[in-house]
Amino acid sequence: MRYLPLTDADRREMLSVIGAKSVDELFRDVPASARLAAKVGGLPDHQGELEVERAFQGFAAKNLSPASTPFFIGAGAYRHHVPATVDYMIQRGEFLTSYTPYQPEITQGTLQYLFEFQTQVTLLTGMDVANASMYDGSTGTAEAVLMANRITRRHKALISGGLHPQYRSVIETTAKWEGFTAALSKTDAEGLEDLIAAVDRDTSCVVVQNPSFFGHIRDFTKLAAACHAAGALLIVVVTEVVSLGLLMPPGEMGADIVVCEGQSIGNGLGFGGPYVGLFATRDKYMRQMPGRLVGETVDADGKRGFVLTLSTREQHIRREKATSNICTNAGLCALAFTVHLTLLGEAGFARLAELNHAKASQLADKLAAVPGVKLLNDSFFNEFTVKLPKPAAEVVEALAAKRILGGLPVSRLIPNDPSVENLLLLAATETATDAGMDPLVAALKEVL
Amino acid sequence: MAETKYTEEHEWIRVEGDVGTIGITQYAQEQLGDVVFVDVPAAGRTVAKGEACAVVESVKAASDIYAPASGEVVESNAALAETPGDVNAEPTGKGWFFKLKLADKGELDGLMDEAAYDAFVKSLG
Amino acid sequence: MVQSLDRSQGRAGGVATGSANNHGTYTGNRALQIEEPLIFEMGQTGRCGVDLPEPPKVKERLNGLRRKGTIGLPGLAEPQVVQHYTRLSQKNYAIDMGVYPLGSCTMKHNPRINEKVARLPGIGDLHPLQPVSTVQGALELIDSLAHWLKTLTGMPAVAMSPAAGAHGEMCGMMAIAAALEAKGERAKRKTVLAPESAHGTNPATAAALGFVVKPIPANDRGRVDLAALKAALGPDVAAIMLTNPNTCGLFESDIVEISKAVHEAGAYFYCDGANFNAIVGRVRPGDLGIDCMHINLHKTFSTPHGGGGPGAGPVVLSAPLAPYAPYPWIVKDGDTWRVAEDGAKVEGAPLGRLKAFHGQMGMFTRALAYIMSHGADGLKQVAEDAVLNANYVMAALKDVMSPAFEGPCMHEALFDDSFLKDTGVSTLDFAKAMIDEGYHPMTMYFPLVVHGAMLIEPTETVAKEDLDQFIGALRSLTAKAKTGTAAEDFKAAPLYAPRRRLDETLAARKPVLRWKPSNNPPGIDPLKQAAE
Repeated sequence: MRYLPLTDADRREMLSVIGAKSVDELFRDVPASARLAAKVGGLPDHQGELEVERAFQGFAAKNLSPASTPFFIGAGAYRHHVPATVDYMIQRGEFLTSYTPYQPEITQGTLQYLFEFQTQVTLLTGMDVANASMYDGSTGTAEAVLMANRITRRHKALISGGLHPQYRSVIETTAKWEGFTAALSKTDAEGLEDLIAAVDRDTSCVVVQNPSFFGHIRDFTKLAAACHAAGALLIVVVTEVVSLGLLMPPGEMGADIVVCEGQSIGNGLGFGGPYVGLFATRDKYMRQMPGRLVGETVDADGKRGFVLTLSTREQHIRREKATSNICTNAGLCALAFTVHLTLLGEAGFARLAELNHAKASQLADKLAAVPGVKLLNDSFFNEFTVKLPKPAAEVVEALAAKRILGGLPVSRLIPNDPSVENLLLLAATETATDAGMDPLVAALKEVL
Repeated sequence: MAETKYTEEHEWIRVEGDVGTIGITQYAQEQLGDVVFVDVPAAGRTVAKGEACAVVESVKAASDIYAPASGEVVESNAALAETPGDVNAEPTGKGWFFKLKLADKGELDGLMDEAAYDAFVKSLG
Repeated sequence: MVQSLDRSQGRAGGVATGSANNHGTYTGNRALQIEEPLIFEMGQTGRCGVDLPEPPKVKERLNGLRRKGTIGLPGLAEPQVVQHYTRLSQKNYAIDMGVYPLGSCTMKHNPRINEKVARLPGIGDLHPLQPVSTVQGALELIDSLAHWLKTLTGMPAVAMSPAAGAHGEMCGMMAIAAALEAKGERAKRKTVLAPESAHGTNPATAAALGFVVKPIPANDRGRVDLAALKAALGPDVAAIMLTNPNTCGLFESDIVEISKAVHEAGAYFYCDGANFNAIVGRVRPGDLGIDCMHINLHKTFSTPHGGGGPGAGPVVLSAPLAPYAPYPWIVKDGDTWRVAEDGAKVEGAPLGRLKAFHGQMGMFTRALAYIMSHGADGLKQVAEDAVLNANYVMAALKDVMSPAFEGPCMHEALFDDSFLKDTGVSTLDFAKAMIDEGYHPMTMYFPLVVHGAMLIEPTETVAKEDLDQFIGALRSLTAKAKTGTAAEDFKAAPLYAPRRRLDETLAARKPVLRWKPSNNPPGIDPLKQAAE
């Protein structure tokens, strides 16, 4: 077998050094009743690389690749062009096959890029400090709520109806089992005044998203002030991080914790994961943050170097008193993020954001001209909601039959709610072209 | 006259009048190594005997500090935020943690005096 | 004027900067070892590493919330970016470079075919919310992996969505809480038993869910003390969390009796599957009577560790816990695959959702490619060779180092530091000296129950001749330590790494967690220089 270097001769020699007659002897602590006499039954034997690759091509052939078809789905995962350099870098073995940098002398590569990543995240979000990444945006958001509960010693989170429904679901699951309240404001992105009115002395935090799940762009400055007046924290979630190239950062609106899904930069769609959660906060809450942190220091020769720091917050030291049970982060996805953002730089990131907004504007205008289609957004970045004259799920299926991936029916994520049945959420990034938009418009006219 | 008592968790409390000053012992700071952060309770907080009310952290360890007696925190050592190394340098001096207005001085009766504490540390090897 | 900028000095204050240039080169570099600044110290306005078209002119619809001012990102051209990260990569140790014997982490070879298939068009580029009719192959792929995991563990169900081992633990313990709640016993069963040697994530997870963790002592053979466990079981116990093989690298020989006792007490058995690599293909945890177990795909099934993630932590569940598995589920209707998402009518009572979308698909793909490459026959050999390699290390070192426990180990060999007694050399010093020999150190000071622990996990993908050299290096270091005169040399190690020992106290006392222009010592302000 190609991954196993030991030969039978090696094995015999090693057993004699050990003083065992057979490998079975080494497994003697396993109760006899549980020791399998042979390999696990009902499973195929090993295969060569060619056969394995062929099997995966078989899986791939049963899917419709977004690359080969007009594509307009967003809703928390966005299709962007990732430069070839990014994928090359993350496949370097020194990055790919390295562990968590617990030995800083021989992991300065990982530590320095994470330090750069943390700095980039603070710059984008307008916050003071950021950690070395979370699993993804949704789990990061639930961690932010737990952090707010710790800081405020309160146990009620208010959740905007503009938050991605699956993010809300992750918070609600955490709330149910970890014992706090997650109260939902109405499922309407316009809930700002409602939220301000609902903040009270029991509220640990308010969770909003910008742009919202439905694409609206909001100013949360007043909400932040209301939160702070009541001793609560404002958590701002960004699922499309490219928007920060064009929009006022949450830090400027008064956010206390910012969580972003970083997938859009450097990471492909990948059917939902792995992605990378960005997590940033204010200096004063630094020690309440979950996840790993990289800090700057010097070595015995006085040279600058980087180490994992403030690790007493973490599970391997604090055990049952840790800020979070998280052990892994999303190191390699953070590297993809940081390499891509470094390639973009100030000018490239701003232009990428402009391009996304322009493409989405073009698509919105084209769709609004289709009879029966109503654009619901006054504001948006690269994603918006339209109302159709019939259930959006049917329309999306009809479009898929024409090999067009024409957005997300909101009812898929908010089921059993007649008010969203006809809503269709569409995104257009820099990858959208007229050659893709025009067939969508034409097909939509046919199926409506 | 000030009287100093010790706990088995390696805290000391020095009582003057009805106020006790609390910190960790020389032995405790040696076990911890370089102290990097101390989280002290805010003035005004009421603590019960045995309640975890402060945290002392080194690079590799974090330890809770338990109130050796009940009372109200009247002052905490703000300087430790800037110079946590004081805990290593002068654990029973500049490295104090917080001052407690004692609710019941009788609670201190069960604690060790210096000789008893020294013997206790010796018994730990 | 050309100024030689010592790029290695960034941090103002703290430890005095020594002779960073002590090798006497103009650049501070040492041949292939290049001193590398931060990207923020390299950027120039007007440089960019991408070429994007001019955006078409449109009416702006940003609700008046356009960003004011710049972000502060540096501008670099593509070749600079490539060189920067390539140079950084050369400061890392990696599995691709050699023995990486980090106990409890299973640093095995990461095959590149796994990377290739994860990037195939139609797999790597799918959107998670495409109509299910357009992702039938992706759902089938996930189900194929699920089938392997269930069969290899002998368990009836698996929750695929947890993003990592700790997340899987959370999922499993939530399922236990849900099952208790369904029986009306959640309020009275608040105690979770965990051995003192448990991974830190175990108590952290249990505590997050409101359980009170009660430690169970180990016996002198490094296993759970069965009598103590039985004494601790009662009507207040919700579950036991047990790693098997345990963190001392030993198989819990009483495990069948343990699971029987746990179940008789009305509690559940959470098995931490971090060390599944030792038994994969040879023992099915389901046959041991467990109720749930997370599987770190990045350990046993070789998805890359990537400098600390991403991982994936599917959780296999017993029949009593299966009804509580979280959304999403993949369901087959005739010839069609569906996804049961939030709100879908399904059998059972899902505990909720742990993560957006469907789990770590990229990791599923890699793990399945690895599993298919090995097959049932190869996976059995994986466990055997992993155990053989660890026992070989143990046998070859036991006369000079001090094994923590008697008898055969499983996939990792645990030593304590008694062989270093009176040498002035600590476990940490010993480990740092290994760096100069060209190895990543073993896991140190874990498990906590062994003094100065050194946990060596070679994995099955190390060749015998490489193990022999590794053993030779450790024997040499041991001999050197035991001369009693080498403590200073050990304390100075590593000498040849990209950095010497780093001042972790300084890092924690005055945390600098991001670059700022003011981080640089006076007189060095690269941004300002760039602007001039």
